[in-house]
Amino acid sequence: MSLDLSNLLSEAATEIAAASDLRALDAVRVKYLGKKGLVTDQLKSLGQLSNEERPAAGKAINRAKREIADAIEQRSSALEAEAINAQLAVEKIDVTLPGRQLTQGGLHPVTLTMRRITTLFSQLGFDVQEGPEIEDDYHNFEALNFTPHHPARAMHDTFFFDSGLLLRTHTSSVQIRYMENNAPPYRIVAPGRVYRCDSDMTHTPMFHQVEGLLVDTDITFTDLMGHLQGFLEQFFDNSDVQIRFRPSYFPFTEPSTEADIRIGDGDWLEVLGAGMVHPNVFKAVGVDNERYTGYAFGLGIERLAMLRYGVKDLRQFFENDLRFLRQFN
Amino acid sequence: MKFSEKWLREWVNPDIDSDVLVQQLTMLGLEVDSVEQPPALPGVIVGQVVAVDAHPDANKLRVCQVDDGESHVQVVCGASNVSVGMKTAFATVGAKLPSGMKIKKARLRGVESLGMLCAADELALAEQSDGIMALPADAHVGMALVEYLSLDDTLIDIDITPNRGDCFCLRGIARDIGARNEVALLKMLPTPVSISSRASHAVSVAADTACVNYVGRVIEGIDNAVETPLWMVERLRRSGVRAISPVVDITNYVMLELGQPMHAFDLAKVSGCIAVRQATQDEALTLLDGREIKLDSDTTVIADDRGAIGIAGIMGGDSTGCDAESQTIFLESALFLPEHIAGKSRRYATHTESGHRFERGVDPGLQRDALEYASNLVLDICGGQAGEVTCVDDPARQPLAEPFLLRRARIERVLGISLDDDAVVALLQRLGVSLQAVADGWVAQVPSYRYDLRIEADLIEEIARVYGYDNLPLTFAHLSPEFCAVNDLPSDLSVARSCLIERGYQEVVTYSFVDATVQQQLFPDAESLPLANPISSDLSVVRTSLLPGLLMTLKKNLNRQLTDLRIFESGLAFTPDPTFPVQRAQLAGLISGSAYAESWTNPDRQVDFFDLKGDLEVLFARAHLNELQFVADQHCALHPGQSARIEHQGESIGWIGALHPNLQKSLDLSQTAIVFEINQSALESEHIPQFEEISRFPAVRRDIAILVDDDISMDAIQDSVMQDAPEYLKKVVVFDVYRGDKIAKGLKSVALGLILQDNSRTLEESEVENTVAGIINVLEDIFNATLRM
Repeated sequence: MSLDLSNLLSEAATEIAAASDLRALDAVRVKYLGKKGLVTDQLKSLGQLSNEERPAAGKAINRAKREIADAIEQRSSALEAEAINAQLAVEKIDVTLPGRQLTQGGLHPVTLTMRRITTLFSQLGFDVQEGPEIEDDYHNFEALNFTPHHPARAMHDTFFFDSGLLLRTHTSSVQIRYMENNAPPYRIVAPGRVYRCDSDMTHTPMFHQVEGLLVDTDITFTDLMGHLQGFLEQFFDNSDVQIRFRPSYFPFTEPSTEADIRIGDGDWLEVLGAGMVHPNVFKAVGVDNERYTGYAFGLGIERLAMLRYGVKDLRQFFENDLRFLRQFN
Repeated sequence: MKFSEKWLREWVNPDIDSDVLVQQLTMLGLEVDSVEQPPALPGVIVGQVVAVDAHPDANKLRVCQVDDGESHVQVVCGASNVSVGMKTAFATVGAKLPSGMKIKKARLRGVESLGMLCAADELALAEQSDGIMALPADAHVGMALVEYLSLDDTLIDIDITPNRGDCFCLRGIARDIGARNEVALLKMLPTPVSISSRASHAVSVAADTACVNYVGRVIEGIDNAVETPLWMVERLRRSGVRAISPVVDITNYVMLELGQPMHAFDLAKVSGCIAVRQATQDEALTLLDGREIKLDSDTTVIADDRGAIGIAGIMGGDSTGCDAESQTIFLESALFLPEHIAGKSRRYATHTESGHRFERGVDPGLQRDALEYASNLVLDICGGQAGEVTCVDDPARQPLAEPFLLRRARIERVLGISLDDDAVVALLQRLGVSLQAVADGWVAQVPSYRYDLRIEADLIEEIARVYGYDNLPLTFAHLSPEFCAVNDLPSDLSVARSCLIERGYQEVVTYSFVDATVQQQLFPDAESLPLANPISSDLSVVRTSLLPGLLMTLKKNLNRQLTDLRIFESGLAFTPDPTFPVQRAQLAGLISGSAYAESWTNPDRQVDFFDLKGDLEVLFARAHLNELQFVADQHCALHPGQSARIEHQGESIGWIGALHPNLQKSLDLSQTAIVFEINQSALESEHIPQFEEISRFPAVRRDIAILVDDDISMDAIQDSVMQDAPEYLKKVVVFDVYRGDKIAKGLKSVALGLILQDNSRTLEESEVENTVAGIINVLEDIFNATLRM
């Protein structure tokens, strides 16, 4: 190899190493390997050599060219890697910053509880029905076997309008409306708002009930207890809950019962009222009392929601403080 | 009904302890509300005062020597009624009183005191008392007071359902406990008193009053100044009844024991015949409690020549009541019908034990027995001579127990259990029902005190009740399987709810009645529906819209420093109607405060009209409501420039808008709100998505910006663009609206992105250019728009 070539190689090596970015490196490539580059010049000068010298010199120049090209290639890879690393370093983020959120809302605990109840009963084929909240005396009381001076009326502290109409005191009125307009058998649940003019620590003038009605040719009182026991167990997730049915009284059912539950060692708490549909109710809606039997029940939603969610004060359900409501989302 | 267990056990005494008794009562339908143990009173004994001397250094204190049964002890006492020889409750050193006070050796103004003489209220034996307790002369000095007063007793309070008026007395409760435990009643009623006076008093009962049986008698020569015996005072106290005077206490005692409300008139104060009649309208009466009331003509009264002297079955009058001076009394034991009594206590605000019982019904066979029982007690305690019984009755109007059929098969059909005939007969007989066997069951005759049993179903309930609900098996009816509707149609409210929830809305539940003034402010022209008996003035009318409830919820939360709200509610709104109020299911929402939760990454922006509109658009899209329009319109509750009527297929379905600033001020809200309210029925669509072909050919987009008059609505521009456009104009996007310095005043620049795509081919460049040019021409023609370069 001529001295020129070896100098060229070492100069190129120095310049390649010194190239700090891809652009500088490309300039070095052009300087040596470009069309007018120093190595290209050498190749061009081969023609001036004798035939004997030419093969060896050509080989040497080509080898030098390859060496320079390899060195540039290597340097280029190194510079690319450096550039990517530099970019990654710049793009680093603090992954512990909070994420970008859309706030989620949620349902009111009364709605959640109502939905849980209707879902459980829909598994037994109960359809959801609704009825008016402003009612007449007939559907709220009379057809349900409350005679005009029935003492149980006094227990329903009723909101009246001047017209004599009233705000329904229970969802049992939906039973009557449904039976008036449909032929048996019946299998319905009716959730909704009910009203009593009573307001203190444990009463709000408005609250919610779910009414249930099952009428068929062979429904018995022990079925009532079996179904409602099964429902209560599921509602409370089969947890440590004891259930008892004790005799009670409603004008529109007979026999009547109230179910109490006890969680752990706590007190017995009433959660529902139920009974076999009273013959006078069937009579009022024109259902054959000899052919059909059935049961009806009414659940207090807030009471069940309080037990399930551990809410202590009934009134909080209607204050709608966002800090209260969000806890159920 | 509260009673002493000891008293009950005098009537029936099965071999069960208190806990089992309490449980049985509840399981018989006589739900035990509370069980109370009387005070233990350790260290409190019967003491006798043997000497009383003045205190050397205090006017009001006395220095007493008290016999405790073993020795004499010095006690300083402040009571004015302390006297030599008196027997009283003596709390010895070391005693503990119900208040928690411990009795210690003490010096009172320099004089040593070794104990305390107690008043009844200090021992929790009375609510208030005047001076220290005076015990009868026969009290055994040194005996523990608890033992002397039989205080080792349990007080049981039961809730009585409206059908069981017969259990408003010891005997009624005892009957049920006896039936459950198969044991007989222990106590018999005394024989009638012997007649030792010729005195009688005329009674007249008018037709059609509440009274169907009036039994009474005169007892003369009584001493009503004597003390009521302590055993009676104690039993009354344990039932929550205060002792007043012997005669009154006896009538209360008989009521508690037998269930017959009674009344005693001081005959010296009665002028002429005792008449049971209807009141004249606005007839005046001063009640025993001193209140003067005016009576309605549907009320039965007891009257004398001068006028009403009591409301029948509810409360006696002040003028003829008994007191310590009474010598000749007339005892009344009557039957008043529930339908006449019902509601009167409430109307005259006179809630009495008597009224409570007559409202539910009283045994029609009881009046004479109760009168004799009370007469016996009066003669025993007050002395005197009893006259003949006067009785005016109307048997035709008395509740009559007709025999009725109880079918064997029906018992199993209703209850789901099969019982032996013998078991049915034995069980019902224990309840006093007599049965006569017939082919398919029995003919039943119920006793007079079970006036709640009138039909077969009543007896079937009795069988279950006494058999014990806890002894019944649980069964699961063989129901034919049925599919239920799946609530996934867009019309279902739950879909709308979840759509709002995903967009950050919290569901609220507010009262259906609202403040009339707030509703009036929001809807000055709407007629509202007031409650006749509202619970308070801020809940006085039923809502005609859900907005008052949402705005009040906003206010409450703002007051609690919760300023960013997205809330919604669903429920009925009511409007008056001559036939029946209209009850519409509505859905309403409100947003206020920041558009985004505060965060390093979120812009700081308050919500506006378009936040809420966007949410509604999503909601409507989910319900597949097409042909929906927001029409600029004015609503009295909304900002006139930021409100719209929402129309679906040309029909109004609701409103959206910013709250009117005047209302924000009058409702005292510290920030504004954007609200909407729509009819739920508008969301009702049975839409099931139907597949549409997806284009495989590229879409082309062309953007144009035009200058138009500021008051030209986007809807109008959009309609014109779409009007004559070819089918392949798929979508028009508004990507910028600009008003400001760079363009002339009164104009706005609107930038539209036109997206064109055909399902069957790639669009030619020339078609696209022609379409865009056509759109620009239309806009120029209709709106005088200029293309912005």
